[in-house]
Amino acid sequence: MTRFFRYVILLGFFLLLAGPLIWQLSLSFKGIGDDLYAQPPQIIPSDPTIRNYGDVLDRVPVFRYVLNSVIVALIVVGGNIVGATLAGYALARLTFRFRGLVTALFVVALLVPIEAIIIAQFLLVRSSGLADTLLGVALPTCVAALNVLLMRNAFQGIPMELEEAARIDGAGVWQRFWHICAPQVRGVMTVVAIFSFVGAWNDFLWPLIVLSGEENYTLTLGLNRLRGTFISDPRLVAAGTIIALAPILAVFAMLQRYFFKGLQAGGIKG
Amino acid sequence: MTSASIGRTHDRWWAPWLFLAPALAVVVVFILFPFTNTLALSVTDATLLKPGQFIGADNFVRLWSDERFRIAMINSTLYVICVVPVMIAAPLVLAALVNGTTRILGFFRTAFYLPVVMSSVIVGLIWTNLLDQRGLINQLLGWLGAIDTPIGFLSDRWLTLISAMVVTVWTGLGYYMVIYLAAMANIDRSLYEAAAIDGAGPIRQFLHVTVPGVRSTSALIGLFSSVSAFRVFGEVYVLTGGTGGTGGQNTTITMLIQQEGTGLQAQTGYAGAISMVMFVVLGGLLAAQLWFQNRGGDK
Repeated sequence: MTRFFRYVILLGFFLLLAGPLIWQLSLSFKGIGDDLYAQPPQIIPSDPTIRNYGDVLDRVPVFRYVLNSVIVALIVVGGNIVGATLAGYALARLTFRFRGLVTALFVVALLVPIEAIIIAQFLLVRSSGLADTLLGVALPTCVAALNVLLMRNAFQGIPMELEEAARIDGAGVWQRFWHICAPQVRGVMTVVAIFSFVGAWNDFLWPLIVLSGEENYTLTLGLNRLRGTFISDPRLVAAGTIIALAPILAVFAMLQRYFFKGLQAGGIKG
Repeated sequence: MTSASIGRTHDRWWAPWLFLAPALAVVVVFILFPFTNTLALSVTDATLLKPGQFIGADNFVRLWSDERFRIAMINSTLYVICVVPVMIAAPLVLAALVNGTTRILGFFRTAFYLPVVMSSVIVGLIWTNLLDQRGLINQLLGWLGAIDTPIGFLSDRWLTLISAMVVTVWTGLGYYMVIYLAAMANIDRSLYEAAAIDGAGPIRQFLHVTVPGVRSTSALIGLFSSVSAFRVFGEVYVLTGGTGGTGGQNTTITMLIQQEGTGLQAQTGYAGAISMVMFVVLGGLLAAQLWFQNRGGDK
């Protein structure tokens, strides 16, 4: 009996969470013959068509936006993997003066909410001539303090003896990093990569502030335009959102287990 | 940690700095410098086009009597007050329901997590289609005979705010659910067995074993979701079509910073002052979160 209730409640939650997506999908396939405001509402289109998708692609340069988002995401993901891994290694495995101070610096940076410095960031990007460029969008997040600290934690988990043996054999710091330590933290690197990607792909506020020319719009900015352009036709808005959702859902489907792992590696323990 | 210093080969003193250089450069240039610059801006009357003069605390005095700031502060604070309790409780229930090893539960877990990877713009657009005057929800209510005239989910001041909150919760549930699942994995199984022997059903087991077992995670999620609720931007922006509602009635603090600090009319000094207020509120919450996380990790 309780099992029955459990699944009833689960199904209820499922409808609440998946329902809006299903409705959007249904809308995107509805044709001119469909009464959008029929009562009761129709889930299955009576006049199914894929024209809405073609129309959106015709009217809005979606592929251009996708390309821009991919460029930003690539810079951010690459920067975070390289920058955070290198810095994390130094903080965890090397001894040097001011190590505590530098670690503290990253912690402080973690505590600064982006929204509170975003105007100053914009002034900086603007005065360096990067306003309205994709590089300007990508640079401020291309190494995140959080990822540096995550990588530091990961490197700290490697037994010292492993590296010590290589050191006795005369391995320099770069060789120890590249051949011994870095391969051990590939899992966390994947997590850093995925979360950097999702963060960059979904970011809205910062591109909104930096970009002004439509040809530089990232996907989130371009989508935001749908609300103004197509507000009269929900079918087109729906088709646009489904196109935008497809890549991120594909990434999610492929790398699902890392998403769950990543949240747990974020240092959150009960 | 000291064993690294007694090695056979000696690293050059500058080697660590080469490793640190890219990360340090980005963090110093794009986070720490803008932060000090925001602090400096907040005590000037700078605009986008002129650097501005030192005006002491004038910006903060002006904030005090600025109606728009008052509204934004109220909206962001209400957001925290309403969203956070739901984010603490609902994902825990959800986590308890999907906790298990069967395939179907795995499917539900994945489905519930899905909204988390979507951008606020997409989510906002999806919900605009639902909440619109002629959207699905008004359609359903009309069909059921519950209403005669459509409800203005996206035009009424409070309903718009509540709608945005619903969207935020919808997006965030899965995220906190996964955090709770991780915490629940650490609860000693024998506690459940003992409770079952004492005749406790699933609901009492949940209340007497699960809830106390994840208490520190609940507190952490409280802080976590407070921070993100106070920063809310995308949902409100998209649901109000970028305007912040009629007469700015739905503006949040982040929206106000964006409105005051960008565009040709930008008052960067004043926006800097709003930013500092935000920093104080969020910095406090983030520091508490970090402190808490470290304490939790030691256990």
